[in-house]
Amino acid sequence: MFRMNILSPKIHLKDVRKAFGDKQVLNGIDLDIAPAESVVIIGGSGTGKSVLIKCILGILTADSGTIEVDGTNVTHTPAAQREAVNKKFGMLFQGAALFDSLPVWENVAFGLMQGEHMNRTEAKHRALETLARVGLAPTVGELSPSELSGGMQKRVALARAIAGNPEIVFFDEPTTGLDPIMADVINDLIIACVKDKGITALSITHDMHSARKIGDRIAMIYEGRLIWVGNAKDVDNAGNPYVDQFVHGRAEGPIKMQLRR
Amino acid sequence: MNFLALIGRVVLGFLLHLGRLTIFAGAAVSHCVRPPLYPRLIGRQMIDIGYYSLPVVGLTAIFSGMVLALQSYTGFARFSAESAVANVVVLSMTRELGPVLAGLMVAGRIGASMAAEIGTMRVTEQIDALTTLSTNPFKYLVVPRLLAGFFMLPLLVLVADIIGVFGGYLVGVYKLGFNPGVYINLTVDFLEPLDVISGLVKASVFGFIIALMGCYNGYFSKGGAQGVGAATTNAVVSASILILITNYIITELFFAI
Ligand SMILES: Nc1ncnc2c1ncn2[C@@H]1O[C@H](COP(=O)(O)OP(=O)(O)OP(=O)(O)O)[C@@H](O)[C@H]1O
Ligand SMILES: [Mg+2]
Repeated sequence: MFRMNILSPKIHLKDVRKAFGDKQVLNGIDLDIAPAESVVIIGGSGTGKSVLIKCILGILTADSGTIEVDGTNVTHTPAAQREAVNKKFGMLFQGAALFDSLPVWENVAFGLMQGEHMNRTEAKHRALETLARVGLAPTVGELSPSELSGGMQKRVALARAIAGNPEIVFFDEPTTGLDPIMADVINDLIIACVKDKGITALSITHDMHSARKIGDRIAMIYEGRLIWVGNAKDVDNAGNPYVDQFVHGRAEGPIKMQLRR
Repeated sequence: MNFLALIGRVVLGFLLHLGRLTIFAGAAVSHCVRPPLYPRLIGRQMIDIGYYSLPVVGLTAIFSGMVLALQSYTGFARFSAESAVANVVVLSMTRELGPVLAGLMVAGRIGASMAAEIGTMRVTEQIDALTTLSTNPFKYLVVPRLLAGFFMLPLLVLVADIIGVFGGYLVGVYKLGFNPGVYINLTVDFLEPLDVISGLVKASVFGFIIALMGCYNGYFSKGGAQGVGAATTNAVVSASILILITNYIITELFFAI
């Protein structure tokens, strides 16, 4: 089920664990992601999806286990000390995390100017191009992030994540807060990135339509483990009661919400 | 038993902070001397610290100089030593009040805003975003502020010294009836280079402390708006206390025989 036959995975996770205090959030995550593959992680709120991505990025350090990117073990290397690996990454944060001291276009061009030392004119040109791909007009580029709506901020963050032509992108809820039409534009954009440019993608979403559309494979996280990993088209008849309950959004089932009535 | 546990916890917490601060300061300073630096950002911070603090520091300085002249005059008049007024004003300003008052005012103005800005960037994950965009947050956020604090505060204090002495001159000449030429002579005759230099050295140290405490508290803030608020308070309070302590230490180093 976990498709162990990927020869040289882009990302290799083995028994990754992370706890905050006595709260075990990740409890042995195993996952291999092939080059140019798009994997979507689904799972309830607060189950550790964002934490998993942050461990891969080095923003958080896993307690134990192995995280390899392109065969390089980065498990215990904090983000600040792995610039070579970071250059391969593009990340869309769940809360956008735009730099509010910079105008929108400089946000998008940030990686180009700082990481790749591109000059400002060229970087601005590239930034406006990328903004157009997420459906934002050049005039938006001059605004400050605080002047944008939530959905626009999300799209700027998406543009920032892909502007530097990363090899691996992480999208933390890319379509949350967008209207259905724009959400589908973003889905297509993500597919275009992965299919046309051969980028490897790891996305998190609660939007099952989006998950089916952008994912080659879908993984479901529950109680700190990936309880189901399979092809995206199999998710509707996974034969796993947890997945069934999640996909169909039923309150009744094996997954108990921590509610008190 | 409980009481001992409490003391232990406080001491451990303090040591934890001290250790973390030391590591933070070491990392920050080591980044100051390794390229790449960001001249644009350094420039922006220098303007913010040096230029935009001028009004508040200038106002503090002029009134301090004025009140010094007034107080020392009434004091010295009791044993007919009025002529010492100019001397008292210039020595107090350059050695103590210039650097300390400027330091405290800038701690309130700049230290707070540094902690708030960096703290907000921390809790909104902007600092994490920096690292994923291959930018070292120390180089991008901390180094420009430390350098700007270190180099701009002496300039600010030099201006404060001049304004403060001028304040004393105003009161001396227009209120206490000193002859302008005599007052200026009294000011200049007793002033030694070391008086000014010691004040400028203090200013550099204070500038570094203000920026360090602002950046440190902001960098490690957590827990949303409340956390940022606490970071801001801590930055100002700890910078102010450290300024007063180091002020004594530096004075001792310079002038104790
Ligand atoms: N920095 C942190 N300190 C302490 N606990 C944390 C921290 N970050 C996350 N957690 C905890 O880890 C758990 C998982 O958080 P995470 O953000 O990964 O959830 P998620 O699966 O992304 O949920 P959502 O879908 O709502 O975004 C949560 O219970 C959260 O309380
Ligand atoms: Mg999340």
